[in-house]
Amino acid sequence: MLRYIVRRLIAIPLLIFGVVTVCFFLAHSIKGDPLSSLLSFRQLGNPEVVAATKKRWGLDKSLPEQWFIYIRNLLSGDFGTSFRTRRPVLEDISDRLPATLELAIASLVIGSLAGISLGMLAAYYRNRRIDDGARLFALVGSSMPVFWSGLILLFIFSVKLQILPGPGRLDPVTDIPPYVTGMFTIDALIAGEINKFLEVLKHMILPAFVMAWSMMGIISRVVRASMLDVLNQEYILTARSKGARELRVIINHALRNVMIPTLTIIGFSFAYLITGAVLVETIFSWPGVGYYAVSSTRALDFPAIIGVTIIGATAFLVTNLVTDISYAFANPKIRLG
Amino acid sequence: MILTRILQFRSFLKRYDHLLTLPVIIGILIIFFWAITAISVDYWQPYDPLAMVSRRLQPPSAKHLLGTDALGRDVLSRTLHGARHSMPIAMSVVISAVTIGSLLGAVAGFSGKWLDGLIMRLVDVTLAFPPILLAMAVAAALGPGLRNAGIAMVIVWWPIYARLMRAQALEVRERDHVEAAIASGVSRTRLLFVHILPLCWTPVLINATMDFGQAVLLSASLSFIGLGAKPPTPEWGSMISEGATFFYYWWIALGPGLSILMVVLGFNFIGDGLRDFLDPRTTD
Repeated sequence: MLRYIVRRLIAIPLLIFGVVTVCFFLAHSIKGDPLSSLLSFRQLGNPEVVAATKKRWGLDKSLPEQWFIYIRNLLSGDFGTSFRTRRPVLEDISDRLPATLELAIASLVIGSLAGISLGMLAAYYRNRRIDDGARLFALVGSSMPVFWSGLILLFIFSVKLQILPGPGRLDPVTDIPPYVTGMFTIDALIAGEINKFLEVLKHMILPAFVMAWSMMGIISRVVRASMLDVLNQEYILTARSKGARELRVIINHALRNVMIPTLTIIGFSFAYLITGAVLVETIFSWPGVGYYAVSSTRALDFPAIIGVTIIGATAFLVTNLVTDISYAFANPKIRLG
Repeated sequence: MILTRILQFRSFLKRYDHLLTLPVIIGILIIFFWAITAISVDYWQPYDPLAMVSRRLQPPSAKHLLGTDALGRDVLSRTLHGARHSMPIAMSVVISAVTIGSLLGAVAGFSGKWLDGLIMRLVDVTLAFPPILLAMAVAAALGPGLRNAGIAMVIVWWPIYARLMRAQALEVRERDHVEAAIASGVSRTRLLFVHILPLCWTPVLINATMDFGQAVLLSASLSFIGLGAKPPTPEWGSMISEGATFFYYWWIALGPGLSILMVVLGFNFIGDGLRDFLDPRTTD
C-alpha cells in the first residue's frame, strides 16, 4: 500500500514534466513566426530590431536551450504574458479561479446528490417505469452539449418565465461583495449581505445545474449497478428479516456499501467539471478560468492557452491520484500496484 | 426454400433477441436516419443551406419549419446538412483512434520490454491532460479548421484504446492456445494478428460505439469554441454558437442542438445494448 502511494507520488512530477514538454512543443509548432505577433510589419523589415527582439525573448537560442529556460521560468511561477490581456498568465488565472471553483463545487454537490438519488431510485425500482425514467433523464443529460442545454434553459427560465436571472455572476447593477475569498457566496456572507448572497445563488442555479446534469449519467449508472449488487447480498435479507424498515435498510445497510464505488466515480468525474467549466462558463458569461481559456483560444493567445492547459493537467493528475489512493484506503480488498 | 430462409432469419433474430431491445432499435433507427440524410440530403433539401432564401430571423413557419437565421438562411436545411460534417468527422476520428490505439496497445502488451514502456509512458502523459484542454491546445496549434480539430481529437483519444487493448492482449497472451501456437512455431506477426488480436475486440467495440457519440459532442464543442468548422459551413456546433449570439431567436440553435442530442443518444443506446449483450458481467 505504502509502496503504491510512493510510486504514484513519484510519477506525478514525471507526468507533469511530460505535460510541460508536450505543451512546449505545441507552443512551438504554431503556424507562423512568433516574431510576427511581437513586432509590427515595419519593424519586421528592420534586421536590428528583429535581432534585438529575438535576443530579448530568447528566440536566438537553440530549441533545447529554449526548453530549459521555459522549464526554469515555469518553476519560478512565470507562465509568460498573455498576448491578449498583456498581464502575466498566472495572475490572470488566479484572478479567475474563485469564480470557477465556486461554480464547480456547486455543480459537484448537485450532480452527486442527484446522481446518487437517481441511481438508487433506479436500482430500487429496477426494470420498472421509475427505473427507465431515471436512466433516461440521466442519459439525456450526458448526451447533450452543455453549451446547448445551457442556452435553452437560459431562454426558458430567464427570458420566457423570468424566474431566474440572465448570464453573469451578479445582476449588472449590483456591486461586487468586498473581496475576501473571491467566491461571491462566501464573500457576501462574510459581509453580512444576505440579499446579495441569495442573488449570487440564483445566478448559479442554471449553470451549476447544466454542469451537474452532464455528470448525472455516469454517477447514477455506477450507483445503480453497485446498488443492485448490494441489494442481493445476504445482509440486506438479514436486515429485512429482522423487521428493519425499508428506508432504514436502504440508508443504513445498503448506502454505506455503495459509497466506495460512488466516491471513486465522483472523483473521476473531474474531467466533466473541466469540460463543463470551459463550455458552460462561455454560455453563461461566467468570468472564470474556462471562459478565459475559450477567449484565449479564440484569440489564439498561446501563452494563456498553454498556461491553462498545464494548470488544468496538474489539477487533473492530483485529483485522480487522490481518488485512487482514497479508493485503495476505503476498500482493503483492492490490492493495487 | 423461402420457408427455410424465413426460419433461418427467425432463428437469427432469436439469437440476437437480447441485443435488439427497444432502446437499441431506436438507436439504430436514429443513426440510420442521420446516415441516410448525410448521404442524400442534396436531393431533397428544402432550401440551399448557404443561400439567403428569406427575410432574416424569421420564427418557425410552414415555409421554414425551423425558421431562418441571422442571414436569412433556412435553419432546417442547414441542420440536415450538419450531418454531413458531424457524422463523417466522428466516424473518422473514432476509426483512426481505434486503429492507432489498438495497434500500439496490442504491440505494447504483446512485445513487453522497452517498447511497452515507451508506448505506455506516452499514453500516461496524454491521459494526464483533461481531454477538452488538450484538444483545444492541439487544435489551436494546428490552426482552426474541421480537419485539424479531427486530428486533435485522435490525439486525445488513441491512448484510451491503447490501454484497453494492452490489458486485453496481456490477458489473452497467457491463454493455452497462444502457447500452443508458439510451440508450433508460428511467426510473431501471425501470432499477434491471428491468435491474439481477434480475441481482444469486445471491450474495444463497446467503447468505440459509445465514443462515436462522444466524438460528435467533442467536435461540436470545438466548433462552438471556434476551432472547428468555419462559417458559413452548416456545422451543428458553430450553428449553436451563432444561436448564442442571437440569443432571443431561440430557433437558430434548436435544430442543431436536438440533432446532436439525437445522434449521441442513439449511439449511447446502441453502446449500452452492445455492452449488455457482449459483456454479461455488467448485466443485472
